Amino acid sequence: MKYMLLIYGAEDAAPAPGAPEFGAFMQGYDDLYQELTNDGVWIAGEGLQDAETASTVTVRGGKTIARDGPFAETKETMGGFYLIDCDNLDQAIAYAAKIPSATYGSVEIRPVMDYEQ
Amino acid sequence: MGNHQGRLIAALSAQFRDIDLAEDVLQDALAAALISWPKKGVPHDPKGWLYQTAKRKAIDRYRRRTTRREKSGALAYQTHLNIMTDDDIINGEIDINGEIDAEQNLPDERLGLIFACCHPALPTLAHTALTLKTVCGLSTPQIAAAFLVSETTMAQRIVRAKNKIKKAGIPFVVPDTVLWTERWKSVLGVVYLIFNAGYSSLDQDKDVDLCTEAIRLGRILVKLLPGEAEAAGLLALMLLTHARRPARLASPDIYISLEEQNRNLWDKGKISEGQNLLLKTLTKGRPDVYQIQAAISAVHCQAASFIDTDWQEITVLYERLYAYEPTPIVLLNASVALSFAQGPAAGLASLELVTQGGNLDKYQPYHAARADMLRRDGQYSKAKKSYGTAIALSGSKVEQEYLAVKMASMKL
Repeated sequence: MKYMLLIYGAEDAAPAPGAPEFGAFMQGYDDLYQELTNDGVWIAGEGLQDAETASTVTVRGGKTIARDGPFAETKETMGGFYLIDCDNLDQAIAYAAKIPSATYGSVEIRPVMDYEQ
Repeated sequence: MGNHQGRLIAALSAQFRDIDLAEDVLQDALAAALISWPKKGVPHDPKGWLYQTAKRKAIDRYRRRTTRREKSGALAYQTHLNIMTDDDIINGEIDINGEIDAEQNLPDERLGLIFACCHPALPTLAHTALTLKTVCGLSTPQIAAAFLVSETTMAQRIVRAKNKIKKAGIPFVVPDTVLWTERWKSVLGVVYLIFNAGYSSLDQDKDVDLCTEAIRLGRILVKLLPGEAEAAGLLALMLLTHARRPARLASPDIYISLEEQNRNLWDKGKISEGQNLLLKTLTKGRPDVYQIQAAISAVHCQAASFIDTDWQEITVLYERLYAYEPTPIVLLNASVALSFAQGPAAGLASLELVTQGGNLDKYQPYHAARADMLRRDGQYSKAKKSYGTAIALSGSKVEQEYLAVKMASMKL
């Protein structure tokens, strides 16, 4: 099954580059990438630019409108994602728990829709 | 069917990762049995027959669907099977009644099903309902009645949970070591919750006995995970508690307290089973909340009468329990035991300390216990006030009447 792991957290909560814990924090992402690829479950994964760089597009009455935002009402914004293909939810939970930012933010796990079912 | 239904649903759910499908194809298999068995005779292994037939029914369903590409995962299984049609089975062309090992014919996947039903990704309220529906084979109306909610509410709860298991890929497996502790605690908690729901319903509907269902689940856990002390402790606790029920409910509309119970009505078979199980478990040296509570229950079961009870031992056991479960409710029970070990004045003094540790104003058993101690201590006007509060907070008519009789017994 494919699972989308959506990573949420406060942008200022991650260790800043140069902070003593920054190295270990980034190493956590490298280790996870290695594990996901070694286990053959990796499909995609990216970190996103800050939420203040986001744009929102809507199409209403044939008119395309783009604007700044959205601006989240909470401090927690989506900072990145992984798309993995593993056997079941418990495996997805185990991988999600290894995302370094899960220790201060949260990871939402969404099964990807299977059009064959 | 009874006991077998859970095994069949478990094996089919684990196979196809879909409880709804498992339930549907089991119905189909039962319908096929109604045609085949009168003609061909009942097979040597009816459970195995039903399982194999239901499995083929499921595969038939998948085959009828048009597929745009090769299915993966659970469905790939069908390609490994020799597909046989229902007609072959009904006409007896294929012998599935032969000398197949029963375990192989119907694998026991009930643990996996229980862990799926109690998965933390499901809402807590769905855990008990889904476990009773699938593992115990209760119907939705039965579960709704047992938990005092409408059938519609219960049906929605169950449908949503089954749907999430399927769509989110909740596995039908015993979790690995990383997830084990949390999940195992949750499973035991669900079983005990079912037991307590049955135990606390004094005005009960006789149709479904949740205590019996919880004990059934406890037996499954002990049988399939014999090394886990908590499961044995929980089963012992449930047996030793349930053993006293015939005396507790001797008259349908009257609550009979432990003190007033006719101990000859206690179920001696359950008591000795519970005691043996507890003794065997305690020797493992891994005490927990279930084993300590079972030990408390065992002390009650050993006493020839209420007065003969070793209340000192029970007080000590509650104090030990507090180390594992530091709640005011455990202290409340310790105070009650102390009031019998050393007298109501000691109990009331201890109760004072309990109220400092947490607000029990709305907790009915606190007022009932306090009323009883005050009455025994001769403080009748204070006792009357406490009885009044306990009656007002009780949700059970039978219990309210019991407390009213106690209140009336005081010579004011």
